[in-house]
Amino acid sequence: MRRELISSVLAIVVFTILLGLAYPLVMTGVGQVVWPNKADGSQVERDGKVVGSRLIGQEFEGPRYFHSRPSVTGYSANVTYFNNLGPNNNELSDLFRDNLAGYLRRERRYTPGLRPADVPPDAVQTAASGVDPHISEANARIQARRVAQVRGLSLDRVLELVDENTDGRGLGVLGEPGVNVLELNLAIDAEAA
Amino acid sequence: MTFEGWLQIAIYLAVLTALTPLLGGYMARVYRGERVFLSPVLDPLERVTYRLLRVNPQARQDWKGYARTTLVFSLLFWIVLYVILRTQGIHPFNPEGFDSGTWDVSFNTVSSFISNTNWQFYGGETTLSYFSQMAGLAVQNFVSAAVGMAVLAAVIRGFASRGTAQLGNFWQDLTRTLLFILLPLSIVGTLILMSQGVVQTLAGSITYTTAQGFDQTLALGPAASQIAIKQLGTNGGGFFNVNSAFPFENPTGFSNFVEVLFILLIPAALTATFGRMVGNRRQGWALYAAMAVMLVVGIAVAYGAEQHGTPAQRDAQVATASADGTTGGNLEGKEQRFGITGSSMWAAITTAASNGSVNSAHDSYTGTGGAVPLVNMMTGEVIFGGVGSGLYGMLLFVLLAVFIAGLMVGRTPEYLGKKIEAREVKFVLIGTLYTALAVLVTTAIAIATKWGAPSIYNPAPQGFSETLYAYTSQGNNNGSAFAGYTGFVQPNAPGNVGAFGITFADLLGGVTMLAARFVPLLAALAVAGSLATKRVSPAGAGTFRTDTPTFVALLVFVIVIVAALTFFPALLLGPVVQALTDQLF
Repeated sequence: MRRELISSVLAIVVFTILLGLAYPLVMTGVGQVVWPNKADGSQVERDGKVVGSRLIGQEFEGPRYFHSRPSVTGYSANVTYFNNLGPNNNELSDLFRDNLAGYLRRERRYTPGLRPADVPPDAVQTAASGVDPHISEANARIQARRVAQVRGLSLDRVLELVDENTDGRGLGVLGEPGVNVLELNLAIDAEAA
Repeated sequence: MTFEGWLQIAIYLAVLTALTPLLGGYMARVYRGERVFLSPVLDPLERVTYRLLRVNPQARQDWKGYARTTLVFSLLFWIVLYVILRTQGIHPFNPEGFDSGTWDVSFNTVSSFISNTNWQFYGGETTLSYFSQMAGLAVQNFVSAAVGMAVLAAVIRGFASRGTAQLGNFWQDLTRTLLFILLPLSIVGTLILMSQGVVQTLAGSITYTTAQGFDQTLALGPAASQIAIKQLGTNGGGFFNVNSAFPFENPTGFSNFVEVLFILLIPAALTATFGRMVGNRRQGWALYAAMAVMLVVGIAVAYGAEQHGTPAQRDAQVATASADGTTGGNLEGKEQRFGITGSSMWAAITTAASNGSVNSAHDSYTGTGGAVPLVNMMTGEVIFGGVGSGLYGMLLFVLLAVFIAGLMVGRTPEYLGKKIEAREVKFVLIGTLYTALAVLVTTAIAIATKWGAPSIYNPAPQGFSETLYAYTSQGNNNGSAFAGYTGFVQPNAPGNVGAFGITFADLLGGVTMLAARFVPLLAALAVAGSLATKRVSPAGAGTFRTDTPTFVALLVFVIVIVAALTFFPALLLGPVVQALTDQLF
């Protein structure tokens, strides 16, 4: 028993140093050298100043920008939690109703006759992380009509930018395509300037 | 449901099946002490480790000795991890200046990580320093996984033994698991994840003004190295609170595939290791087949249910149909880059294995979609299950199936040529029924008393489902959650100022997780110890074969019946109610 206690204590020390310090610190070193931008959070700069991360969704408001998916966490990237309302929850239905009404109000001026059935669910339902960087292509195409008209750009050009800023499936098959909202908006800003 | 969706599921199964014999064969060589291609690098490290630990790797242990070392080591590590979390404030690598955790949440978290559960009552980025994550939790990710695999190796030796009572040496199995299996795979995983954008830095969080002038703060940290092992070791505790839904933890469709592949990689491959170590590869494939059948059913049901959408969604007239440019379906609590397929696949897989990491909010799944993770866990975590623990749990079910088959035809049941007698069956029943009993009793206590109420978030049936899910998950060492259920209140987030634990949920959950880990573990070792010394009788014409499709079907039925009969009433009260109605609560 005494031998087991001694070996256990030694094992805890040895494995903590190897797996808890050496392994993550070496990996950190490798990451910082090989993928410095990614290891630090894929930060995106505009005019030399950090304005976001290409992997983290942020809030956009008003008619001039593409809007991210709704978030119940205020697009917080340092205090994250799920919405967690259940499938048959009244409050959840109310939240959807509000989000859908807001979306229709915003887009109908530019897409007359837009019906609830035309609005893809990602535009109304909150993402898991609260900072989903993507919206669906269907969602982006609806918003493109608004952004094009407000910014005085041709719809074709805006749709082209949507395509350019769409992250496809991994290896062509894995996951779903998504339009990167921050990068798209920065591209729109550059185009309209 | 789309062609692209089914294609991703098919690719997943094909890759998993292809890797199973490769990694399984490698692990069999590791546990037999043979040379492998990494030996030139790792053999010196292995020898140094034994010297540092002052152990003799040649010394053999019987099942009692093996069990004793396992328990002593785990208990001591429990104490050390508890001390680390409770003294967090004085450790280095704490750029956010977090204080130490409260006693009840720390009790829960430590029990959770020692038992390979990784249930999250803690908030990763808002309460834990980088030191606690790296030197505390991530070490347990490795070690608790390695303990499960070491015990499995010992159990397999008992099944395969030709007369000797010796099951191996705990220190040797532990060290070889860590150095030859988990560490190399984790390094590969970390590199893949970093290439996709998972963060890996010691710098603190950064704050900036967004493109349209809002403030946003990025939580960072050494995440990639921890996520690799959290997926591989069926741990599942997130570096960030929303786990693998957070883009810094799982940024792309490709990283998602790798992470969800890592969940089942080792548990699946261990079936091949088993086949090789008992000298009959078909026995391994039979177990793989039984597990795979149940897995595929779960994935298909969850995928279909989530594509169908929720009552709340239909009530608010939100579209559910898939169309050009959108997946449709229930995207509440799901990320666009994973969609319906990537999310529902993950939900089924993470609960089939006892991983418990999530990339979507299970609490917001449809009634049927949410029932899939629950049922997967209720099988006792044997559909692949935890690394090591899943297969030794499955072997107990195998003996149960053999026993039942023996009763039906009136022959003494045998497995791998060894007679299954009263003593083994007693331990098998303890191992297979204990967790079910624990889940039902703890859920009942939490529902029936006033102390369980503060943890519940959703009203009506979903509130019951949250409680049932919480104790099913902790009682089977899974760790995923209907995350509305909480044991920790954090009013002034970020930072743990003013935070407090819900003591009842923390303690009941913590005790449940420890018992759920060690009761089946000891039962499996006892069975192996008892089988080890039995004579092997040669197979004859009357032998009931255990490597045929008939046996696979019987095994699946036994598991389904044990789980279904035990839990069906409880399932009716929660998920089934919600699946059958469009009514809102």
